[in-house]
Amino acid sequence: MSSTAIPQPASVDKNAPLLEVREVAKRFGPREVLKNISLSIASGEFLTLLGESGSGKTTLLRLIAGFEQPTAGEIWMTGERLDTLPPYKRRVNTVFQNYALFPHLNVRDNIAYGLRVQGAPKSEIPSRVDDALNMVKMAEFAGARPSRLSGGQQQRVALARALVNRPQLLLLDEPLSALDANLRRQMQSELKALQREIGITFLFVTHDQEEAMALSDRIALLRDGALEQVASPREIYAHPATAYTAQFIGQTNLLHGEIRRSIATCGVMRWPLEEADSPAVFSLRPETIHLCPDGKRQTNEVKFRATVRQQIYGGASELLEVDCGAGQLLRVRLPACGPLVGEHDFVFSIADAIRVSD
Amino acid sequence: MYSRVYKTLVAAPPLLWVGLFLLLPYGLMFAHSFWTVQDGALVHHWNLSNYQKLLTNPLYAEVLFRTMRIAGSVMLCSLLLGYPLAYYLSFHSGARKELFYQLVIVPLWVSYLVRGYAWKTILGSEGVLNGFLQYAHITHAPVSFLLYSPFAVVLMLTHIYTPFVFLSIYASLEHIPRPLVEASQDLGAGPASTFFRVILPLSMPGLLAGATFAFVLSLGDFLAPLLVGGSSGTMIANIVQTLFGATYDWPLGAAISVCILLITLSLLFLTERLEKRWSFK
Amino acid sequence: MSHNSPTRRAPVLAIYATLVFAFIYLPVVVLILYSFNRDGVGGFPPQHLTLDWYRQLFADGPIWDSVLNSLIVAAAAVALSLTLGLFAALALDRANFPGKTLFRRLVLLPLILPGIITGLSLLMFVVLSGMQLSLLTVFLGHGTALISVATTELFAGLQKNDRAQEEASLDLGATPWQTFWRITLPNLKLSLVAAGLLIFTLSMDEIAVTFFLIGRDNTLPLEIWGRLRRGITPEINAVSTLIFAVSVVLIIVWYRIRMRSVGTEAQRLLERP
Repeated sequence: MSSTAIPQPASVDKNAPLLEVREVAKRFGPREVLKNISLSIASGEFLTLLGESGSGKTTLLRLIAGFEQPTAGEIWMTGERLDTLPPYKRRVNTVFQNYALFPHLNVRDNIAYGLRVQGAPKSEIPSRVDDALNMVKMAEFAGARPSRLSGGQQQRVALARALVNRPQLLLLDEPLSALDANLRRQMQSELKALQREIGITFLFVTHDQEEAMALSDRIALLRDGALEQVASPREIYAHPATAYTAQFIGQTNLLHGEIRRSIATCGVMRWPLEEADSPAVFSLRPETIHLCPDGKRQTNEVKFRATVRQQIYGGASELLEVDCGAGQLLRVRLPACGPLVGEHDFVFSIADAIRVSD
Repeated sequence: MYSRVYKTLVAAPPLLWVGLFLLLPYGLMFAHSFWTVQDGALVHHWNLSNYQKLLTNPLYAEVLFRTMRIAGSVMLCSLLLGYPLAYYLSFHSGARKELFYQLVIVPLWVSYLVRGYAWKTILGSEGVLNGFLQYAHITHAPVSFLLYSPFAVVLMLTHIYTPFVFLSIYASLEHIPRPLVEASQDLGAGPASTFFRVILPLSMPGLLAGATFAFVLSLGDFLAPLLVGGSSGTMIANIVQTLFGATYDWPLGAAISVCILLITLSLLFLTERLEKRWSFK
Repeated sequence: MSHNSPTRRAPVLAIYATLVFAFIYLPVVVLILYSFNRDGVGGFPPQHLTLDWYRQLFADGPIWDSVLNSLIVAAAAVALSLTLGLFAALALDRANFPGKTLFRRLVLLPLILPGIITGLSLLMFVVLSGMQLSLLTVFLGHGTALISVATTELFAGLQKNDRAQEEASLDLGATPWQTFWRITLPNLKLSLVAAGLLIFTLSMDEIAVTFFLIGRDNTLPLEIWGRLRRGITPEINAVSTLIFAVSVVLIIVWYRIRMRSVGTEAQRLLERP
């Protein structure tokens, strides 16, 4: 749950971060929605703020956009103070959750709005709008009113409207949450490709961890107003820092037990572990557990016997719920293997039992 | 989902009632405008003499135009007072919004008559305003144009209709999703720019409805002139009223009423067209 | 996911709004103030506060007769308008019939037309039918004119209704009649009360239409009007202040009821982050 020492992503264009959130807190009346957040966003990266509702992710986004003021702390962008500026003076643009397209303007005028309002040269506007339309593949709808467009189409227009202003930072507030599953997946890949192509920094907010994993260069997981962990998707999946992170991102089994005299004991499972005596929690991903048909285990493996209680077929894999005895239930993901019944031996590598803080 | 019996049972009573007690009476009014009165009796002889009278006698035109000027002033003043109030309440009043809204509504519950009477007591030469002005040594003698003038009529009617205009515009403003305002600012438009480009266009339906309401009802008002208008503040409806009263000429009165009706209906038609253009569903 | 943004200051606008507010309240304040003024309704400042005018008011028989008349007419008008308005709203919401558009416009016409036109038209009708002018004709005028208010309010209420609830009721075996009483009507409770209150208020204050349909018995506004023609007296301030006080109490009561019924829903909304 510490929020210091944020690792920089490997592929950073410039050395200095684009956006710095410095010890920002936000309070609404008695409620502390954000507690001492410090975060840096590198230029050109796709960073996702991930969390449940109430975690503060949208509040943080709105602070950066300018619709709220921090109760404490500062926000800096490209070496200048950002949080003291009103939203219309920030080089930041937002794609709103319900798109917020102006109903009284057609698509073209919606997209041109920012350009017109900021006094862009009149001669430039049509071509820039056309470029934006083409970028989101909405050129044929240029004259339509938003009310005539589908959700996905509106979303593209909202994106174009924001991007045409060439902001330094693009904020996206759960832009895909109103779309149905297939459209969502399609838009995810389009969004990712677009970001790669134009190189603008994206700050993306979502509660969907799969979406975050698919799109981001880095994920910042928020919990109850504080940063739980900030890391790349692979890193955060393989090495979750806390039990919460382990459970929130992907599926996991949480093994509660203790370490005593260099032996870790969790229910029926024991394995050697060189660490001080203390209670411990381990995260064990379901796909790291395998069947052990010949009953033999390797030296760096843990073997246990369990009864299959439930089996859910998932096409390429099966998800089993197994009972290890004494009320200890685990979830195991196996490649498709046909129905399994009764007691079986299972193994997992000691290295896959990641110790997490509670 | 609804049977024919249900639908007929449900539609019949109001249709019958409205037909008998609205359509028929309005029709009677219309019919009367084509008849005349001779020797104190109604003559059912169809002609256009009433309308001819209206067109040729300059008195009627003068009063009608004065009435329209008054109605126009009331409309403008109500808008100038009501819109900023509605805007402030909708966008800037924070947690107290509901309370302030109720506070603005409360005076509506004070009778029209009573409010007009109150203005009468305020504006008279012996009234509160003159009393105050002299007490504060701003004037030394009563100011007389305050009462019994078109000014007083406009003032009173503005006071009556500003809350209605407020209500209409407030409802419209409340319907504007706040994300639109944020989006506008996000794209670089300051508060003034956002108002003219986003808020004002989207509040048009409420604005038009309120303005029409104020204009039309002021046009046909006959009580305000009787209370505070004096002889210089007479409006067209007063003429109608006397024609149905002391000066017994129902057909002529009906003809003027039909004119008022026509003006009202055309305005409503116009507003409806404009509203369609300005509503973005 | 809604957040309460702190309201930005807009000082000029706030001052202007306050001034408008003051303008709206000025006559009301003057009215109440001078109802306690011994020297009547004029001059400034009011001195010598007294309750004499209220005492005079309470001894004034004709005024209270007219109050009773107004109440009777208003109550009857509410009953009539709500009933017919409910039918009309149901018809507009669920049925299609020839002349529907004309009907809709006709029903709403008294709302937007100056009262004198509706009043005179009804007068012609009354004369034609040979009826005598009386409280009955006044009731007729109010009831008819105010159907528009009931229809508008109830139609809006119907539109907000969940059609699926009625379908569920029919699915569970209730007849359309039962569905109406058990589901539709209770859902309209709020609209009915709102409309009823509004109609009552409008009827109590109605002058333009009443002016032409009144017989021997006066309603309160017409009684006041009659006295105004004769001369100004602070007794009128007193009765107005009383009306105002009653109205305010009614609003507060209604507000409390409304808040209680939407209270649980508002609570849920407020608790979402």
